[in-house]
Amino acid sequence: MDIQMLAEEIPVEGEHSLEGIDFITSGEQYLAFLLGEEQYAIDILCVEEIRSWEKPTQIPNSPNYIKGAINMRGIIVPIVDLRMKFDIGNVIYNETTVVIVLTVETTDKTRTIGFVVDAVSDVLNVDKSEIKPAPTFGGCVPQNYLEGLVNAGDNVVTILNVKALQAVEPHQVS
Amino acid sequence: MSVDLSQFIPSFLEESFEGLELMESSLLNLEQGDDETINSIFRAAHSIKGGAGTFGFNAVTEFTHLVETLLDEMRDGRRSIEQNDVEILLESVDCMRLLIEAIRDETVCDTNKITETSILLEHTLAIDDSASSSDNLDGHSASDSENGLSNWKILFIPEHHLVQTGNDPLFLFNALADLGELTLAANCKELPALNDIDAEELYLSWQLTLSSKASEAEIKEVFEWVEDECQLTITKDETSDKVATEEVKTTRGSANESTITEQVESKAEQKISSTISADKNTSSPAPEKTGNKAKNDLGSIRVGVDKVDSLINLVGELVITQSMLSELGNDFDLSKVEKLNSGLEELLQNTKELQESVMRIRMLPISFAFNRFPRLVHDLSKKTGKDIELILKGEQTELDKTVMEQIGDPLVHLVRNAVDHGIEPAEARIAAGKSPKGTITLNAYHQGGSIVIEINDDGGGINRQAVFEKALEKGIVDENTTLTDPQVFDLLFEPGFSTAKELSDISGRGVGMDVVKKNIQSLGGRIQVESEPGKGSTFRVNLPLTLAILDGQLVRVGSEIYIIPLITIVESLQPQKDLINRVSGDMVLYRLREDNVPVIPIYSLFNISSEFKDIESSLLVVVEADGQKIGLMVDDLLAQQQVVIKSLNDNYQQVEGISGATILGDGSVAMILDVSGIISMAHKKSEIDQQHKKNMQLKARQQISEGANC
Repeated sequence: MDIQMLAEEIPVEGEHSLEGIDFITSGEQYLAFLLGEEQYAIDILCVEEIRSWEKPTQIPNSPNYIKGAINMRGIIVPIVDLRMKFDIGNVIYNETTVVIVLTVETTDKTRTIGFVVDAVSDVLNVDKSEIKPAPTFGGCVPQNYLEGLVNAGDNVVTILNVKALQAVEPHQVS
Repeated sequence: MSVDLSQFIPSFLEESFEGLELMESSLLNLEQGDDETINSIFRAAHSIKGGAGTFGFNAVTEFTHLVETLLDEMRDGRRSIEQNDVEILLESVDCMRLLIEAIRDETVCDTNKITETSILLEHTLAIDDSASSSDNLDGHSASDSENGLSNWKILFIPEHHLVQTGNDPLFLFNALADLGELTLAANCKELPALNDIDAEELYLSWQLTLSSKASEAEIKEVFEWVEDECQLTITKDETSDKVATEEVKTTRGSANESTITEQVESKAEQKISSTISADKNTSSPAPEKTGNKAKNDLGSIRVGVDKVDSLINLVGELVITQSMLSELGNDFDLSKVEKLNSGLEELLQNTKELQESVMRIRMLPISFAFNRFPRLVHDLSKKTGKDIELILKGEQTELDKTVMEQIGDPLVHLVRNAVDHGIEPAEARIAAGKSPKGTITLNAYHQGGSIVIEINDDGGGINRQAVFEKALEKGIVDENTTLTDPQVFDLLFEPGFSTAKELSDISGRGVGMDVVKKNIQSLGGRIQVESEPGKGSTFRVNLPLTLAILDGQLVRVGSEIYIIPLITIVESLQPQKDLINRVSGDMVLYRLREDNVPVIPIYSLFNISSEFKDIESSLLVVVEADGQKIGLMVDDLLAQQQVVIKSLNDNYQQVEGISGATILGDGSVAMILDVSGIISMAHKKSEIDQQHKKNMQLKARQQISEGANC
């Protein structure tokens, strides 16, 4: 076989070669997860790790959606059950229940918080222009947590604002 | 290539603060003719100036330049070291600190003080130029004009063979110096080329300036023996005709100076009184500024290389043990159990040593906290007119950095008190047969797992009767109570308590001692007072070595494990039925010898489930905080162990009744109880309950009355 012809068959970067490996494409990446039947997503760069559910240590007199605190390599990480916080779906803990640990840096503080979700589903590539504003009425999720909606196949995925998630509102002892 | 200098600014700041501290402590120890100390002060100032110049902090450079010039004169011996100059230099160090702090906090500092001090500095320098010596001006300017001091200009050109006649110009000059202030300049114009020099010939000539009250004849007398072998012209300095005017000028100068000093002093007073009034408001802790500082104080610590080396060694050992264990795990069978056990033991040993080593990194010698006291006592003794010597002992005692940062202010307060209330005025001391010089001793040493800091004064001691009367007046005690000495001295820490007859701006407003106690307690420490009339008093502060590790008692409530700090536990016991009393409805008291201890069930406080709901089957841990004992009801007592404290605040928020969290041996998280927090929670809870009951009663009454109306 002619060597020229062989060379033409060698894939060249940037052409068809890396098709299917979509994490090198442009745009932002989001980690999609399930709350009940609904799909949500967060900026993947904030995700510290995904852990399986384990029963945390209770924090006294905290709101019911704060399940407690766990030890993540020596750091005390509070655990928030997003299903309870947003009142979505049934709160059950089984094998697919996972905790997504997010680290969010704000100007004055870096916080690491774990969020309980029903399952992790996918990694999405989303171009900024594809994100549509969320409707301003209805739903259980307060407006400030919503960054927008994006279509993924037949599903609609809600992108959550990590900064808003990070700010666990201070609570008073009931 | 351009380098981003800003990355070096933090280390410049750090080094500058260190330099300033060095300058301050050296200045306080400065004695005449101590070249080494002067040199080190000069070097510190010089590196600050250099650094500031690099980063373009012109205000610092300019100011430091003045300081440096003054120091340079002292270093070269052109200026004798006067107490006045030292005071000005101390002021200047303060100013430099202000300037550098302003850079650190990115704020603008109070320029008034800077300007005043730099005028003062310039003035001191200028005076030095016009007169031959500062000594001359500072000490004798007034008397000089009276005594008719005049400046003589002497031109002394000896013949080349002068030394061959057995005369030595040096002797002449010494003799002249005996008459007054002498400055001389040698003229070496006539010096021939090296080859032509005859070792026995004198080629130099001199121009001398003598400021003396000696007459021309007296000066001539000195030169009597060489008169024929030299050209000698003695003239009264042309400016000496204007001596009178010059004297006027200089006196005006010093008048200026004194007013400036006064201004500066009054400023300083204002500053002190304002800090005190700030103290007064400690209940609402000082605003944003402290917050800003705290942010910056996060900074860095300097660690000795030896500490780091030992850490590296330990890590090396740890790695070896780890590889040994993992090799063991590769094909493990029961015959290797013994090996495994010894490996695990080694691992335990390694981790323990590593833990100790890491903790040592956070430990700093207490001299960091003590350093500020020589200056403080110096300033205060000047202010109060008491002659006080400060003795520092055990400066190398090491203490956790966090504890160190928080103990500084309480210590300042205690030292201020010792100066103001402790040490009597000199007359009283002499009358009591003591040396007029008071002594304050700061001593630090380790005792068990804690560090002890003693503040001792050899003053009059605490007037027991005065304290008791004051307590009566304030209604803290009643007339019939008999108190032991420690109990009386404890009254000093009551809020709003002061026995000082008159207020001074240093202390005596009765605020502070309670804050001191609170601060020390919040560090998990305690304070004791000892005093002997006529001999002095000792304040003894006991602090835990570190805030990062705590000895804890693990307890179980339901399925949760909590940790109670061992230091707060009075005792743990199994309640006996006949000692349990119920009062005022649902309040449970437990009789512990003389005391009735209120019982707080943890499960109800924290809204969790528990194994036992009744006190009879539970266990009681009696703890004490803020002078109050309470009994915590728990299901079970577990092990006692050291735990590493982790903040909940980092990722979450402060939780009432919980001081932090820790990680147990199995990797799970356990909460550490905050006893004083629990007490205040219980207070709040009972208030809410009572409020609730009142509301219920009110409602019931309303319903009844409504029912009646119907």
